[in-house]
Amino acid sequence: MADEVKLPADSFEPLDKSKHLDSEKIAAPNLTFMQDAWRRLKKNKSAIIAMIILIIFFVLAFGSAFFSPHNPNAVNPQLANLPPKWPGVNINGLNGTLVQAGSRVNAYQAAGAGAGVHYWLGTDYLGRDMLSRILFGTRISLTVAIVATAVDLLIGVTFGLFSGWKGGWVDNFMQRVIEIIMSIPTLVVVVLLILILKPGMSSITLAIAFSSWTTMARLIRAQTLELKEQEYVLAAKTLGESSIKIAFKHLLPNLSSIIIIQTMFTIPSAIFFEAFLSFVGIGISAPQASLGTLLNDGQKNFQFLPYQMWYPAIVLSVIMIAFNIFADGLRDAFDPQTKG
Amino acid sequence: MQSKETILKVNHLKINFNTYAGTVKAIRDVSFDLKKGETLAIVGESGSGKTVTTRSIMGLLANNAVVEGGTIQFHDKDVLKMSQKQLEGLRGAKIAQIFQDPMTSLDPTMRIGRQIAEPLMIHKGVKKDKAMAQALEMMKLVGITDAENRINDYPHQFSGGMRQRIVIAIALINYPEILIADEPTTALDVTIQAQILNLMRELQDKISTSIIFITHDLGVVAGMADRVAVMYAGKIVEYGTVDEIFYNPKHPYTWGLLSSMPTLDTDSGELASIPGTPPDLLDPPKGDAFAARNPYALKIDTEQEPPFFKVSDTHYAATWLLHPDAPKVTPPDQIIQRQAKFAAMQKEAKQQHKIEEEEEQQ
Amino acid sequence: MELDNAKKVLEVSHLKQYFNVGKRDEVRAVDDISFDIYEGETFGLVGESGSGKTTTGRAIIHLYRPTSGSIKFYGQEIIGMKDKKKMQQFRRDMQMIFQDPYASLNPRMKVKDIVAEGIDINHLAKNDADRSKQVADLLATVGLNRDHASRYPHEFSGGQRQRIGIARALAVQPKFIIADEPISALDVSIQAQVVNLLKKLQRERKLTFLFIAHDLSMVKYISDRIGVLHYGRMLEVGTSDEVYNHPLHDYTRSLLSAVPVPDPEYERTRTQIKYDPKYEDGSKKRELVEIVPHHYVQCSQDEIPMYQERAKSMGLSVKEPG
Repeated sequence: MADEVKLPADSFEPLDKSKHLDSEKIAAPNLTFMQDAWRRLKKNKSAIIAMIILIIFFVLAFGSAFFSPHNPNAVNPQLANLPPKWPGVNINGLNGTLVQAGSRVNAYQAAGAGAGVHYWLGTDYLGRDMLSRILFGTRISLTVAIVATAVDLLIGVTFGLFSGWKGGWVDNFMQRVIEIIMSIPTLVVVVLLILILKPGMSSITLAIAFSSWTTMARLIRAQTLELKEQEYVLAAKTLGESSIKIAFKHLLPNLSSIIIIQTMFTIPSAIFFEAFLSFVGIGISAPQASLGTLLNDGQKNFQFLPYQMWYPAIVLSVIMIAFNIFADGLRDAFDPQTKG
Repeated sequence: MQSKETILKVNHLKINFNTYAGTVKAIRDVSFDLKKGETLAIVGESGSGKTVTTRSIMGLLANNAVVEGGTIQFHDKDVLKMSQKQLEGLRGAKIAQIFQDPMTSLDPTMRIGRQIAEPLMIHKGVKKDKAMAQALEMMKLVGITDAENRINDYPHQFSGGMRQRIVIAIALINYPEILIADEPTTALDVTIQAQILNLMRELQDKISTSIIFITHDLGVVAGMADRVAVMYAGKIVEYGTVDEIFYNPKHPYTWGLLSSMPTLDTDSGELASIPGTPPDLLDPPKGDAFAARNPYALKIDTEQEPPFFKVSDTHYAATWLLHPDAPKVTPPDQIIQRQAKFAAMQKEAKQQHKIEEEEEQQ
Repeated sequence: MELDNAKKVLEVSHLKQYFNVGKRDEVRAVDDISFDIYEGETFGLVGESGSGKTTTGRAIIHLYRPTSGSIKFYGQEIIGMKDKKKMQQFRRDMQMIFQDPYASLNPRMKVKDIVAEGIDINHLAKNDADRSKQVADLLATVGLNRDHASRYPHEFSGGQRQRIGIARALAVQPKFIIADEPISALDVSIQAQVVNLLKKLQRERKLTFLFIAHDLSMVKYISDRIGVLHYGRMLEVGTSDEVYNHPLHDYTRSLLSAVPVPDPEYERTRTQIKYDPKYEDGSKKRELVEIVPHHYVQCSQDEIPMYQERAKSMGLSVKEPG
């Protein structure tokens, strides 16, 4: 029985509160939102793998000057159309041999290349090293995509934030503007822009940014409409905070998750769009390479030398898939709907 | 007062949650039972564990929950050991639950007649037209006006109070043995709340369902409950009949809860409130979890958790103040007034009992 | 409370706030209400959902632009105020505490920055050290620890978050605070904590409060005078004792009868009075009339005798017209 529990003599003295008891203690560690999101992201294995793949590609592409074994633009007509040759490896497809007219031929010997000469991914129709071209091409594709996305972000966020915050007829007007822009076929806009600005990296970048900012703008506007009714924004107003300060202090930080996620989805679209434009010939021009131009070049020889198209295509696909998976993982990490 | 059959027995339930910050000991040893036809109110602050307890009865715990120990006996079967299939057979049929927010409890894309009839069709295999007819009857029973015409309406066409009635209809259509009501009126206006509580009382009589009523509002408890269990930091600290808890409370936490509610004749002096915040269950304090906020704390409260001390056959409280060696303390004024009332009620009951005995002898 | 000589802090006259004016879904959230608040008192504004109480509060603090009417704060008209300096002073003198502890604090900001926002806007701190000290003092005033300043809102409980919101409002040294249902989202035991804190602050800092609530029991405890709102109209105004013990309007009576009390015996016998809105139909012009000294009821001229009878039957002395 409870009454018979044996207890030390001084048990029933009143407790001296001042000593140890904190009635407002918080035991959990102090995490910022980003730290918390990172913790959640780490649990998502596929997102982390995608992230690592992307990091590898970025390092290789932007360090292409380091990693390229050859000059990507150096033309060697006598060494044209050589298949990949990996030193010491003797698997068909990687040993410098081709099937020509039914029989396997050592293409390197046939072209008169020296013993120490090898191309990891083969050469194209002008004798240029595929690996180097792919590295440089990836760099260009990524650069265009990222800059375009950055411009897209800037225009889209500002437009959407302003439209959502102002509300009323300003919002109405700005949304109609977006609708008009969206109703014009993208390709038409891009072609017109390139005609005016002349083809080149900057015009492509602008064209891509111009055609995709509307999505970001709409997303940001929707979220702003919701955020501006939140009580902490009202509290900032009652404290006399100016609209600009509210936008930077209260709205943007809470919009950041959406911005980051949307950016991660926009980049692969931009990469693909650039590739598409270059593929159809109105994008990057020779001798510069981008993944799209490489695909275009490779397409000419696809029947007999498929590797010339496969390798750029694989690189393009892997990058896009990785971005999408990573963005998906980010979205789950930023959105703490699921507990634990 | 004939003794009623016990239909649910929760024994020494212990549940932990694995979170990134560590293990949260949400339920630290909870035992109670529920008798047929009665209303048991579980009272406590947010985080005391009342919702987790009811979730475990329905087998609806989150993925990161680990049952460390204990059993939940429903008619001699342990719910914690049941398979998904068995649990699905229980839910909506023998044990039903209604929640706080009628907006999110109803499917916005399904007509309400269908939503009410669904549990019948699923659990009892009743054919659609028969089920819809019964649904209509249920709608009238819960007081939905113009039921014949409204049976094909969607939830958004009803007010908050009406929606809660629909939720109740869905829960009760299979005449469940236990109805778990988790803060069902907290989100409603006070006039609507009164109507819904009246409705629940009437229906309980008609259907003889037992109700587990979770709330932090002691006024609602006073009007609904037969017995009350007070929870704090994952444990039950006091339980008894509603009169015992309200007029003869023994645990300082119960004293604090009762003193912090103004009654209609509270004057404008200071309202007694419990300082501080409930402890973080990631790191429950040693001894009595309430000690940090307890103005009557004793030294032993930081060393050993108090066991249950008996106050009467139906009333137990887990506080060292009830130990025979503990000093006598003066409870807050409001509690003293209540205890005076209790003494008067006891006296009256004794006299009444005496009169009845004498009458019987004649 | 010597009402006849007290200074008026707030004068609301014929305030109307309509949304979607003229369209099919026009909402008359606040439909011609008038009341005054005196210095040092707490005025409780009570109403159920849809009564317009939150809208009234937000209109007074200049978050909404009223459709018509006048709001005077210390004699100055608030509606349409253009002067920037005066606006800034207004934003210091009048502050608000919000209802939802989970939405009233920016989840991405540290508590320190949340509390200091008003200090930063008004340049009330000399330097960083002064700012930190002010924040620490404010946190201590509301019963929180110093080290809570570097934490984020999601780490706190509802009651603690409300206290952070109070600290934020106090930072600019206001004279008048609108508390918009500050305790509705809290557990009952924590409600008492917050209410006690507000009362203490009122005493120590000589504040005036507009306390908006739907919970009648707590409102009576904290308010000096009470106004009852229903569907955007003010139905009854009086001291809290008067309104509670001698309710004159049918709606007030029905509202009071629905409040649950933590007393089982009382609850067993309590019956709710059902409300018949016949005295609220739009057929007659009704306004607040002083039936008993300092106790007003919304009624039409021909309903006055009826209310006077009610008052007399409760033992009150009626104010004779004229």
